Amino acid sequence: MPLTAAPAPAPAYGRLLINGLLAGLIAGLLAGGFAFFFGEPHVDAAIALEEAAAVAAGDTGGGEEPLVERDVQSGFGLILATSLYGIALGGMFATGYTVLRRRLRASSDARASLGLAGAVLLGFVLVPFVKYPPNPPAVGDPATINQRTITYLAMVVIGLVAVWAGVVAARTQAPEWRKALAGVAGFVVVVAIGYALLPSFNEVPETFPATLLWDFRLSSLGTQVVLWTVLGLGFTALLARSHTPAAEAEKSEPVAVSR
Amino acid sequence: MPNTQTSTPVAVPAVSPRLLATAAGVTGVMLLLAYLVAFDQGGLSQSGMYLHELMHDGRHLLGVPCH
Repeated sequence: MPLTAAPAPAPAYGRLLINGLLAGLIAGLLAGGFAFFFGEPHVDAAIALEEAAAVAAGDTGGGEEPLVERDVQSGFGLILATSLYGIALGGMFATGYTVLRRRLRASSDARASLGLAGAVLLGFVLVPFVKYPPNPPAVGDPATINQRTITYLAMVVIGLVAVWAGVVAARTQAPEWRKALAGVAGFVVVVAIGYALLPSFNEVPETFPATLLWDFRLSSLGTQVVLWTVLGLGFTALLARSHTPAAEAEKSEPVAVSR
Repeated sequence: MPNTQTSTPVAVPAVSPRLLATAAGVTGVMLLLAYLVAFDQGGLSQSGMYLHELMHDGRHLLGVPCH
């Protein structure tokens, strides 16, 4: 590592990656906690409806031993899933930050990091959520799962491209108000094309309670908002710590001695 | 706009081909981990459907199409 001590020495990718993985783990744990308290009651209610419908259809469910017990799914399994997902997203976020930092043109590292997290929340979570809102158990036709998975992933990509298009469009203008206008226009055009071209799926059973569907979807959105908010704030906080004079001294001194 | 670039402390080393290659590798591993949670049905984890079932509620609440 070249010891160019000119401005604040940059944290190396390895350090940023560890920050991202750690922020992702914390975000995943907290998102899991949120999901446990605010989402699980709706999942349980939906499963109860699913089972009642199966019994009404003549399926007594006899002898079907579940692979994983319900309370393990809704406790440990849930937290495991959100934590691993958070770690994976945190690692990708740190990588994206490292590669894009110079292009973000933010006046500080904290602004760059928070801005990137906000962009991902918009493109990765909110845009796909509106087109393909998540479904609780008992909603969704298993026959279309492959189509729905592919179109969901396409929507995630389109959401991220839309945010990028908005940034690129904004940069073509000089006055602030025209920047904002161009940014919104670039974003909306790409999102609208994606929404129009990709198929929609309405697989909610006639009898499924609308309030339960809404409550579940809101709690799922909340889970993802918690995840990205904590990830963004956590990564930014760790970034600031990586820059403190103490951390720099502790980092550079042994290197200087050993060389 | 004066002092756009000059006052900005660039906090990340220049993106070298070597860094890009490492970043791509890390992204690949992270995508596999995300796939394991969000979409795998035993093919990656080699645990049959166990991990898939274990993380069932997480998928629903993370907004991923599940079934």
